[in-house]
Amino acid sequence: MRRTKAAKRTKQIERTERVERAEPAEPAARAEPTARGPRGRIVGVETRYMEERRVALEGLRGIDRRGFLRASAAAAAAAMACGVAPHSFQPVRVAFAGERGRERDGFRFAYISDSHLFEEKLNDRFVRALLRAVDDVNRLDPQPDFVLFGGDLAQLGQPAELRLGAQILRSLRAPVRMMVGEHDWYLDMGELWRDLFGEPTYSFDHKGVHFTVLNSILEEDFWSERGLSPMERMKTVAGLDNNAQRPFTVGVEQREWLRRDLAGLPSTAPVIVFSHSPLYKLYKPWNFWTDDADEVQALLRRFRSVAVIHGHTHQMLTNRIGSIHFHGMLSTAWPWPYAPEGLPEYTVQMSRPDPFNPNDGCGDGQVRVHPDGLVDKIYQLWNRNPITVTGAYLRSARRAGRPPAPNRKAY
Amino acid sequence: MPRSAARPFARLIVLCGAAATAGACDPAASAQAQERSFPASVPVGGGGPHGTTPMTAQRRKMDELKIGIPGPPPGIDAAVWNAAVPEDNQPTQERIILGRALYTEPRLSADGTVACATCHDAVHGFIDRRPVAEGIGNNLGRRNTPTSMNASFMGVQFWDGRAGSLEAQALLPIVNPIEMGQPDGEAAVRAIAGDPAFEKMFRAAYGRGPNYMDMGRALASFERTLIFLDAPFDRFLRGDEDAMTPGAQRGWVLFNGKARCVACHPINAASPIGSDERFHNIGVSARHQNFDALSSKAIALLEENASPTAIDALALETDASELGRFLVTRSYADVGAFRTQQIRNVGITAPYMHDGSMMTLWDVMDHYNKGGEPNRFLDGGMEPLALDEGEMADVVEFMFALTDVRFARENQAEMARQREVARKQRPFRDDDMAFRRRLAFDGRQTR
Repeated sequence: MRRTKAAKRTKQIERTERVERAEPAEPAARAEPTARGPRGRIVGVETRYMEERRVALEGLRGIDRRGFLRASAAAAAAAMACGVAPHSFQPVRVAFAGERGRERDGFRFAYISDSHLFEEKLNDRFVRALLRAVDDVNRLDPQPDFVLFGGDLAQLGQPAELRLGAQILRSLRAPVRMMVGEHDWYLDMGELWRDLFGEPTYSFDHKGVHFTVLNSILEEDFWSERGLSPMERMKTVAGLDNNAQRPFTVGVEQREWLRRDLAGLPSTAPVIVFSHSPLYKLYKPWNFWTDDADEVQALLRRFRSVAVIHGHTHQMLTNRIGSIHFHGMLSTAWPWPYAPEGLPEYTVQMSRPDPFNPNDGCGDGQVRVHPDGLVDKIYQLWNRNPITVTGAYLRSARRAGRPPAPNRKAY
Repeated sequence: MPRSAARPFARLIVLCGAAATAGACDPAASAQAQERSFPASVPVGGGGPHGTTPMTAQRRKMDELKIGIPGPPPGIDAAVWNAAVPEDNQPTQERIILGRALYTEPRLSADGTVACATCHDAVHGFIDRRPVAEGIGNNLGRRNTPTSMNASFMGVQFWDGRAGSLEAQALLPIVNPIEMGQPDGEAAVRAIAGDPAFEKMFRAAYGRGPNYMDMGRALASFERTLIFLDAPFDRFLRGDEDAMTPGAQRGWVLFNGKARCVACHPINAASPIGSDERFHNIGVSARHQNFDALSSKAIALLEENASPTAIDALALETDASELGRFLVTRSYADVGAFRTQQIRNVGITAPYMHDGSMMTLWDVMDHYNKGGEPNRFLDGGMEPLALDEGEMADVVEFMFALTDVRFARENQAEMARQREVARKQRPFRDDDMAFRRRLAFDGRQTR
């Protein structure tokens, strides 16, 4: 008796599978069966599976044989186009279709930031970390339109560090957009960095969005009068919590460049700015700070939608000032603690990183750009589940779409 | 019907298969895959079904080991002990006697050949000495049998921690289709319910007739008496400097220092078995051909379809077993991560790791010395250790000093056997990586 029933079921499943291949032609028509049945009772895996099949079948009722064949062929073609064998698992195919669908209405770029490389003979952990980020990004499917490197490629601006970093970044499949950080700059004042990557201040247009890249780590000369050597200068800037250095600025020259760069754009144009330091004043003792931030913001204020993507702070960090949305990037090397004061209320904090896992709190990520210039920031934390801070959350002034707290308990 | 109902997920497997092919373009990974082979079981010569020691001989051994005493063993902090015993299942002599009878009762399995003690063989330190467990119908599982010794000190049970207590753990193998194979708990109860001896023992222990939940409670009560914490190491800590050899003493220093063992294997009064009770990816899974592709695919699934259906199918029918803790928590932190095993009695519980892929403690040292197997999810604490042969031998010697004195004879024999095996084969040894002459990423930067 049992055997007969099972055989019958198998037959039914075979039939279902045949029909299912036709499904991707109309993925949206399929209702999602839920894990809970009537009165909220948990429904078993098998029951849910059969329910899924029933819903799928019902969605296809009424298709005659010719229609079925047509749908099958379409599905097979769609599957081949996605590089998936036609008999493979359908939900992932739908996932690809969904991703492609989203691409039509915007695009994504990936980011890697603050790798702080030492020469691999001195410290290979940070090298492994940067390589992991490269692996992460190279595995994205579909590939991002480009990869932003957020600055501080090197730890002490050493030629070996910068060259190692350049070599590793060359293995990225997608094009790379470079930004400079203070750790790359203050040994030779950016000479080698420019040789390797070009000018640090530039702009480009991509799919209707205007991108400008700034060098926001310029400091007033504090080294000449003290007679510091280049290495002493480098080490002073590399120290986080000291009073010996000056605050970061974008500077008059670059601000003028920025004004001219933005001059032709209507206020409806979506603008995205890359800067190493946050383009606002967060915490001066750590240089989580740009001294002429107000002046820079004044140049950006007239645009309806501006996103600033910055490095330097090595943490999940979110802020909004008027129509300007600010998103920090994760570091591949180490997470910083949050500044003791001035944390923007938009920030969903990542809880204290696990001191027993050097990867925790580090990571890389992606930015999804909507056609209106609104960005969703994806934090790909290596030891945690990814967290997306959406543009909608910022635009609604935290009323909608609050990101979930990180899946690690606070200590 | 339960197994065939899962068949429709065959498409999931196809998916993973496709992923594996896509990922197989990494020449290093496929070379490793070809090299990988499960070691043979450690020879035991049991004589019972599935190569186990006959139950009568095991019961004799249990008498000899003087286990089955309720209450905290000497030298164990009462707070640590109490934390391990649930309110509603305080161990009594009656409960322990029932648990021991159930532990050695093959009738609990569908074909009457497998008891708990079949894989957790008392004569061999409560393990089966096989890479992976063998259940009814000679089915092989996917994971290595952990010892029942000191299991009560583990915060969670199984390699992936999917059971929260000994009570919960004890019942799962009974209904696992390839372990003891009962269709449900009631069937296991029926198998012994007619036996007046069991009827009497159940009544004495829990005041009611045989039932499934009390079966778990009794088994747990018995397992809580399997305390094996009297090793040369403990005597050394108490001040007997001759209890450990000079080599083992040097190994203890390395354990706490250069070899970095203590980072995950803290061994102290609060953590007597030497486990941090956490889950780490140390790269053992990464030796398997499709680990990386599998994890990527599992994550893709998680992002698009995190329904229990999809994850269950992965776990049941694919190599996704290698994803370890991830399948329980679906957290990225746990991809390829397995529970930190206790280090107590480690000398007599070969082969090692969740898949039993390491024959000797020298293999284990080789694995750690090279910084584990590189993979995207490798635990951040894994680093090449640069231990030389003498230092590794010292750490191994220290590990053999963690075996309870009741197994001293077996420990001596096993140390000699492992030394002999290690003299002939060291499949995981990689001095270039251990001493950072070659870095994990060398060869990738030449592009």
